[in-house]
Amino acid sequence: MLTSMLAASVPQTGTNAINDFLAGVKPDYVPGWAVPLTAIGIAVGLTVAIISVVAMFSVWLERKVAGHIQCRYGPMRAGWHGWLQPIADGVKLLLKEDLVPLGADRVLYVLAPALVLASVLAAMSVYPLAPGFFFADIDLGIFFVLAMTSTTTIGVVMAGWSSNSKWSLYGAMREAAQVVAYEIPLGISLLVPIMVAGSFNLLEVSRAQTGFFGLNWYIWPWINPFMLPAFVLFFIAILAETKRAPFDLPEAESELVAGFMTEYSGIRWSFFFMEEYAAMFLYSVVGAFFFFGGFESPLTWGAAKLAGDGSVLHQVAAGTTLVVKGFAGVFLMMWLRWTLPRVRIDQVMTLGYKYLTPLALVCVLGAGLWEVFLTPILPWRHG
Amino acid sequence: MVETKDAQRTTADPGKREFMLDVRTQDMEVNMGPQHPATHGVMRILVRADGEVCTGAQPHLGYLHRCAEKIGENVEWLQYLPYTDRYDYLAAMNNNLGYSMAVEKLMGIEIPRRAMMIRTICAELNRIGSHLIAFGTYGLDIGAFTPFLYMFREREWMMALFEKICGARLTYSYIRIGGVFNDAPPGWLSEVERFCDVFEEKWHEYVDLLMVNHIFVQRTANIGVIPRAMALDFGLTGPMLRGSGVDWDLRRDMPYELYVEIWKSGCFQIPLGKGERGTLGDCWDRSYVRVMEMMESIQIVRWCLGSIASGPVIADIPKTIRVPNGEAYAGIENPRGELGHYVVSDGGKVAIRCRVRGPSFTNLAVLEEILPGALIADTIAIIGSTDIVVGETDR
Repeated sequence: MLTSMLAASVPQTGTNAINDFLAGVKPDYVPGWAVPLTAIGIAVGLTVAIISVVAMFSVWLERKVAGHIQCRYGPMRAGWHGWLQPIADGVKLLLKEDLVPLGADRVLYVLAPALVLASVLAAMSVYPLAPGFFFADIDLGIFFVLAMTSTTTIGVVMAGWSSNSKWSLYGAMREAAQVVAYEIPLGISLLVPIMVAGSFNLLEVSRAQTGFFGLNWYIWPWINPFMLPAFVLFFIAILAETKRAPFDLPEAESELVAGFMTEYSGIRWSFFFMEEYAAMFLYSVVGAFFFFGGFESPLTWGAAKLAGDGSVLHQVAAGTTLVVKGFAGVFLMMWLRWTLPRVRIDQVMTLGYKYLTPLALVCVLGAGLWEVFLTPILPWRHG
Repeated sequence: MVETKDAQRTTADPGKREFMLDVRTQDMEVNMGPQHPATHGVMRILVRADGEVCTGAQPHLGYLHRCAEKIGENVEWLQYLPYTDRYDYLAAMNNNLGYSMAVEKLMGIEIPRRAMMIRTICAELNRIGSHLIAFGTYGLDIGAFTPFLYMFREREWMMALFEKICGARLTYSYIRIGGVFNDAPPGWLSEVERFCDVFEEKWHEYVDLLMVNHIFVQRTANIGVIPRAMALDFGLTGPMLRGSGVDWDLRRDMPYELYVEIWKSGCFQIPLGKGERGTLGDCWDRSYVRVMEMMESIQIVRWCLGSIASGPVIADIPKTIRVPNGEAYAGIENPRGELGHYVVSDGGKVAIRCRVRGPSFTNLAVLEEILPGALIADTIAIIGSTDIVVGETDR
């Protein structure tokens, strides 16, 4: 029963390169059901590895960006320009004492960081890494991503509540209020590109933006002029979703000590840290998919022309494009963090409910009207 | 227990909270400090909070009490000087100056003109350094990290200047009874001049990056308003008082040393809060006064550099100072307000009373009045805007 379910689930995950490869090299004495299981295992391992590498690189990037913005160098000692610093940090965090404060709700306290990290790992599973390489290709891709990443909130609230610290509780309550307020404009602003693409599937949205030299990116005003305001709203909303400055209220270090993670230490604390950086990357990749062409760029276009659509070169160019776009978004968030002061909780709420949500609705309306009435008569939308 | 100052004001107007009347809630008491990033040292503020709204606050002092005043009655006059460095450690030159002036007043000695010049330069440079910390850490409180490090960049140079003149970076003990410890090393004055040039350029960075930043203005304007009357009632001094629009600066109104001449030359003004971005006397106005004062200090330094005199830098005083019978009070304009030293002598080698009127300590009292009703994030902004140095409140 379980076997058949697992076996059945693999075809649904699309043309999974790992599965095909394993099926090809499978010796006869290995039972057939082991192939999808192994494939899933490898996919999960890869997901964890990718998230870890992304988080580590982002931590290094954050420290370097912060350093250079603030007239310093940042880490310089561990490796060339400190590139080994995240590994040193990781080792240190692993070796630290694992504390559970007295009076904490032990079960929730231990579970919270795991839940937080698990939610971004789950979201990662639907991200395609290249047009022909992905772990799960589901039609409601973006819906799944939003659902999974907002699960983080539960972990954060759990952490804040179970820590038995007033500052943590403040952080958790702020997180809950903030995320509820910003989920709405985030989802609504994403509806604009979804409407234009006509799909929730990340791969299909990317494919819809294929075109000469990356000129079919949805952000360009000739595709739909409501896309740019929608992107601005989306970007503000993801700043709030990922708890980044100027919306870093749940962990506001000068107000709440460290917010919901005040009581955490060692590797558990680093789970929150990893989640933050992974979520930043995942959200900015969503932005890349829905507004900036996904895999499409002059580089990908050139590679496809040179070596053919779907060739290895094309895949590599597409993957590189996506990673570069993702980290460009991460860099932008870091830049903002080290420039702007923090807003107050009532200002966060006002911005979310009074400005972003109505504006996002206006964008959806405008974009919808544009799609219905103008798209049929615009020649470049039918290339 | 925290006493809510004015129940009417904070627990709201019944109309607004009517929907909550059947919900039994309890205010939460939370200790901000002694170890908390916002208290700038070891101070504890017991905050009573109704959700995100602060309904009462009670500062608790004394974690850094080091019996500074009592020590002043046990050590010789000159030996006390290093202790003055340590109460307001961000403005040690000013503390040295205040104490020295009180003792000099009692001794009735004449200070050489060059000494007064160097004293003024040092005190004003130290004021700039202190305001840089005040404004920079205020940015930190609001959540802006980078301006803080920009300000440290200039403060670093200022400290290097002091290191060149006296060897210390934080606790100088440079301004002595009778003058200053030693003459400025060759080239020091021209380096100060270069510092002034560079600082005037960099100053605009702080203004652009933080002072007029929209989020900063939103966070500080109309927050923690101290009306004129309240400022006078609480005996506030320094930028806290001037931020409320009261035109009072000891450098002009009770001038000491060279400030009579400097004020007459018209080279500096007294910046006042004007309620430009919100209400008069809000956090923004206090920051504005500090930021503007840095530029005025630069002008004072420039005046001193322009009319520097030659001659000795310390009056002829014996190794062991014996101060004639009597009492003296000297108040100076410290970066935080009026720093007063009151000394009583019975003619011996040791003071029989040494009292310090610290501006931070007096300014702190107003917190209890303005914190209730603010949001938790605003309490941080308000505490930051009072610019207290805990070393001095506790002494």
